Amino acid sequence: MGGKKWYDYMWILSAAYLILGFFNIALAWFGLICFFLPLAIAAVKGNKAYCNKYCGRGQLFDMLGKKLKLSRNKSVPKFLKSRYFRYGFLVFFMAMFANMLFNTYLVFSGASGLREYVKILWTFNVPWSFAGNAGLPPWAAQFAFGFYGVMATSTIIGMATMALFKPRSWCVYCPMGTMTQAVCRVRNKK
Amino acid sequence: MRKYAVVDEYHCVACGCCVKVCPKGAISVPHGIFAVVDIDKCVGCGLCAKECPASVVWLKERRDI
Repeated sequence: MGGKKWYDYMWILSAAYLILGFFNIALAWFGLICFFLPLAIAAVKGNKAYCNKYCGRGQLFDMLGKKLKLSRNKSVPKFLKSRYFRYGFLVFFMAMFANMLFNTYLVFSGASGLREYVKILWTFNVPWSFAGNAGLPPWAAQFAFGFYGVMATSTIIGMATMALFKPRSWCVYCPMGTMTQAVCRVRNKK
Repeated sequence: MRKYAVVDEYHCVACGCCVKVCPKGAISVPHGIFAVVDIDKCVGCGLCAKECPASVVWLKERRDI
């Protein structure tokens, strides 16, 4: 409703994040904002203002789907919006995240060396040594590669459902969205 | 007959896509749990229903007006 606000341009940051990861992986650390800010807003304010207003990824999918007309605009299959799937995907996503943190720990403790790969779709190790790392300590660089993989993977999946279903289909099963909604449920319990 | 929007509160993911497209400011996500329609403001245009990524908003006929 009404004209564009400053936060309607967050998609630029989301797109920049993905592009800059090709040049310097250290910037992947900024992705933590997408992790902690939604939870902080949900915990402090008890709402989903992050999803509702600020989420750059949602805006990016919206742009691709609507402005570039890359979306079929079909309804998502029923199972995708079931709580089983949404919470199941959240658990799976967090398990993969924990695994990534463990790999960071292995490098931190010296048990394994820095591996300059970005893991895509939890399966494919894409060599990523072409990107700089701004002289980060090995464990911090490992985390950056890991986190960039998480962000790239979720973007790829989100793009797939953007094309197949409605532009922001990702929002239906976004782990952050599921988590912030759960936080809001607990916080606003009657 | 005039219509108004109804939300499946159980399946709503509270993403707020509907809020962004509503020309009347008649839909909101007050507590981050599900969207709520202000029936007095809703004109039943259906933009929110079309936008909803989860397809959990639909139009209902106003029988009492």
